[in-house]
Amino acid sequence: MKSFDYVRPETADAAHEAAGRFIAGGTNLIDLMKLQVETPEKLVDINRLDLRGISTEGDGLKIGALVSNSELAADLRIRTDYPLLSRALLSGATQQLRNKATTGGNFLQRTRCPYFYEPHQACNKRTPGEGCSAQGGVTRMLAVLGTSEHCLAAHPSDMAVAMRALDAKIAVTRADGTTERLALDDFYLLPGDRPDRETVLEPGDLITAVHLPAPAAGRQTYRKVRDRSSYAFALVSVAARIAMEDGKISDAALAFGGLAPRPWRDGAVEEILIGEAPSEALFGKAADRLLAEAKGAGGNDFKIPLTRRTLIAVLNDLTGESA
Amino acid sequence: MTTELKMDVPQPRFLDQTQQGVLGKPIPRVDGALKVTGQATYAAEWQMDDMAHGVFVGAAIPKGHFTIDRDSIAGMDGFLGLYTDNLVRNSARGTLNTNPVQPGDRVDYLGQSIALVVAETFEQARDMAAALKVSYTRDDDAVTDLSEYDDWELKVGIELGDVDAAMDAAHKSVDLEYTTKGHNSGAMELHGSIASWDGDHVTVRSSLQMLGFNRNELADSLGVPPEQVRLLSPYVGGGFGSKLGIGPDSVGAAVAARDLGRPVRVVLTRPQVFDTTIRRTETRQHIRLAANQDGRLTGISHVNWQSNLPGEGHAEPVDAATRFLYAGENRYCAHYMARRNSPATGDVRSPGEAVGMLTLEAAMDELAEALEMDPIDLRIRNIPEVHPGNGKPISSNGMASSLRQGAEAFGWDQRQPTGTRREGEWLIGMGVAAAARANLLMPSSARVTLNPDATAVVETDMTDIGTGTYTILGQIAAETLGLPTESVTVHLGDSNFPTASGSGGSWGATSSGSSVLIAARAIRKTLAERMGCEEEALTLKDGMATGGNKRSALSELIDQPISEEGKIDKGKLTKGTHQAGYGAHFAEVAVNTVTGEVRVRRMLAAMAAGRILNEQTARSQVYGGQIWGIGSALHEGLEFDTRTGHIANHTLGEYYVPVHLDVGDLDVLFIDERDDMANPMQAKGIGELGFCGAAAAVANAIYNACGVRIRDFPATPDRIFPHL
Ligand SMILES: Cc1cc2nc3c(=O)[nH]c(=O)nc-3n(C[C@H](O)[C@H](O)[C@H](O)COP(=O)(O)OP(=O)(O)OC[C@H]3O[C@@H](n4cnc5c(N)ncnc54)[C@H](O)[C@@H]3O)c2cc1C
Repeated sequence: MKSFDYVRPETADAAHEAAGRFIAGGTNLIDLMKLQVETPEKLVDINRLDLRGISTEGDGLKIGALVSNSELAADLRIRTDYPLLSRALLSGATQQLRNKATTGGNFLQRTRCPYFYEPHQACNKRTPGEGCSAQGGVTRMLAVLGTSEHCLAAHPSDMAVAMRALDAKIAVTRADGTTERLALDDFYLLPGDRPDRETVLEPGDLITAVHLPAPAAGRQTYRKVRDRSSYAFALVSVAARIAMEDGKISDAALAFGGLAPRPWRDGAVEEILIGEAPSEALFGKAADRLLAEAKGAGGNDFKIPLTRRTLIAVLNDLTGESA
Repeated sequence: MTTELKMDVPQPRFLDQTQQGVLGKPIPRVDGALKVTGQATYAAEWQMDDMAHGVFVGAAIPKGHFTIDRDSIAGMDGFLGLYTDNLVRNSARGTLNTNPVQPGDRVDYLGQSIALVVAETFEQARDMAAALKVSYTRDDDAVTDLSEYDDWELKVGIELGDVDAAMDAAHKSVDLEYTTKGHNSGAMELHGSIASWDGDHVTVRSSLQMLGFNRNELADSLGVPPEQVRLLSPYVGGGFGSKLGIGPDSVGAAVAARDLGRPVRVVLTRPQVFDTTIRRTETRQHIRLAANQDGRLTGISHVNWQSNLPGEGHAEPVDAATRFLYAGENRYCAHYMARRNSPATGDVRSPGEAVGMLTLEAAMDELAEALEMDPIDLRIRNIPEVHPGNGKPISSNGMASSLRQGAEAFGWDQRQPTGTRREGEWLIGMGVAAAARANLLMPSSARVTLNPDATAVVETDMTDIGTGTYTILGQIAAETLGLPTESVTVHLGDSNFPTASGSGGSWGATSSGSSVLIAARAIRKTLAERMGCEEEALTLKDGMATGGNKRSALSELIDQPISEEGKIDKGKLTKGTHQAGYGAHFAEVAVNTVTGEVRVRRMLAAMAAGRILNEQTARSQVYGGQIWGIGSALHEGLEFDTRTGHIANHTLGEYYVPVHLDVGDLDVLFIDERDDMANPMQAKGIGELGFCGAAAAVANAIYNACGVRIRDFPATPDRIFPHL
């Protein structure tokens, strides 16, 4: 760990003025600092800012950036109206980590690609232009969609996958004080030739809240497949909401984790489903669409058939009689 | 006085005659409260005046030479020293008594501790370790990928009769190949040491399993006589083999502390534990079993391929149980060794059986199916009368009763035909496997002192690595001397005490326990003399002595402490008989038909390990074994980057062991047994027995659930779902 300055401002303005790296729960940032994968010169602890609480906003909800993963998962409104989010949160990490981890920090957690953590291995995400040791290496946990020749890393968050399925928007206050609300696909960047740039945030930009739209119709679930039953990142995960009318799928929202450098959602998959009666053939077609461009790197090839099976099971579950 | 017993003749069941009634009782660990309240001070937790902090730098190449640019860190705040000479390449495997230091500039595997940076604070040292400039010349002949390796060294372990002919003549046979991945011990407590010198004497607080050996190893590394080395390891947070021999931390700390003239602490990081302490080899295994019409084995062959660093002597005894578990006149066991630039391999819990019984017992399940026999019947039918390889008598063999009683308790008769028991997306199945683990005895000494106030003290350099040694040694002394357990204090983990067997190979409780028994019996002898009766006629209970028509309080019998040393040693029976703990493992699992995820719902271990010294600590050992069984069946495996030998999953976040949710209901059934040939307590090792075969029960249950035979371990979802 490099020496660093530490400040703990009381207000958002002071936090921006402090011009350093924000730290919330610290469950990801501090680990990376110990390994010197991250070397901020100044930490700005935002825990005293007024970014807590979950409040209603119109028909939707506003979730403060400092709301812990535990608190969010336990919130009655979340459990009732957005249950897939609660499930996703509870499937992540451990109780201890969820108590510390925050909503804002969770979106920005870095990849678990093993090569990102090893200074003696090349990693374009850590050191732009250095190369990618993951190509040809141990790739079990890596992505199969949205990758580039420069980076195979997968985004590890469960929460963000749920948020993507729920059409959440991230409220950001830029360093210059302007505010924006960004949909997740406008927030996360694909790696291309700059895998070190993961989001559109610039230094000093603060996530203040997440906005959930009005609860949407249908049944919801979050299914996470992993190598042990808890405390493991997803091999594959599916956040799904399906609404049915007259025996046909009237609305669908599907987002995927463990597959891509960002929570993955493909509108074309949902279009295939909407307006149709559920059937194995239909679900197979949707899976084909989702995985048409999927490319394994060897150790993660299995994710492609596993995603297909999991998606079909989730769709059966949400459209079936007894779900 | 020292009383020595060599195991030359079967031992009388003295402990069935004593009256205190504390031995065997489920007494909770006496150190438990200290541990859960943070009052048990572990090696690296000691606060020493003027302590400096060392952090290792790991090699970034798999093979070659390095040079270090001292100036790159010498000017940094807090810099105290940089050491590259006289370090050890890796932790020593067990019972070696030596651990030679390595030439200063050579790298044999990626991650090897090549330099120790010492600074005023830990944070400074860690920063310097990252900043140190190292240049390498990389050899291009590093071996990191074994897929095309062709320099295998063959060692034949046993060759009896003709297995090929037995296979040809067999009524039914199986011929199967398996792979298992490497394992790391992953003990909770990181490997760490604090060294301080006083003149030419060094005291090292370290996390170690076998102080008697470790003292010699450290003396060897430092080039000093063993008498000048004192080791302190009163609490050890798990070892599982990785702390059998001294490692880079103790040597590095002692080297730096000698140079700086102040205490130095060195703690390995978790990745360094994976990179530089011994690991279990990965294996490829080929098993052939031939059986006749009656389901009797006629041929058994177990051949394995494994790896180690160049120059290391260890080989995983993969076929250890295969050699004795079942009868069969034609036998062949051999291994092929590759030399590979990866961390050294050595003993990790249940070396050999951990991966060798996994495959043997999975193969037995396949043979039972081929023979259309119940797998329990097949096993019982093949229990040998004598050791099938060397004809030695078997001291005691509780396998049949374990299988029968275990089956009854588990509800084995509820097992359904393969692939037929379904609950929604899940298929449910049951599996069984035999358990076996060689029982070993090691020389061990202890001193017991009885005080006039009817308290006693036990002293030995034995370690308690979380197994319950403090508790059982106290129980043995209390039982023998007729005292409540609260009246006995046990001091362990100081190399100044009499030398014990150390903790390893499941021999700790029986070896060091026997030495305590022998010492305490010597005290009884004196007490009997004072009572004027034979020792056999003496009854000791609650601080009172009865015998020869007299009854007397201990305080009236002695007016000063009586101290006796006891020593147990191997004898004619140790060599002349085959001794092993036996048992049976049962598992019920659910397999998800969509994803291939496996959940172990419940397990039962029936264990025949002679006298059980403490039902609670023994049970906890077996639980641990069952959980390791779940882990090696489903989760655990080192992932090597074959280009560099780098372990990609060298943290506990990425190297998966079972979490609570992976562990269903565990049950343990102890089979009543006494082994008079093993030691004067009639007890056998239990620490590893609970693991041996457990993984096979899980694998066999997976097959019964869903019809998928697992031949590559761990059985992660991707190895199952494609077949469903
Ligand atoms: C062992 C382990 C297992 C885990 N398993 C899982 C899992 O299974 N699933 C899963 O989803 N997650 C898992 N996690 C990750 C965990 O969810 C994240 O570490 C956590 O959500 C990060 O939140 P934090 O508040 O601690 O972030 P911090 O570590 O404080 O910060 C993370 C990043 O976000 C930035 N940041 C934080 N808050 C803001 C803000 N308001 N505005 C702008 N920038 C901000 C920081 O500068 C930093 O770059 C695991 C973590 C660990 C350590």
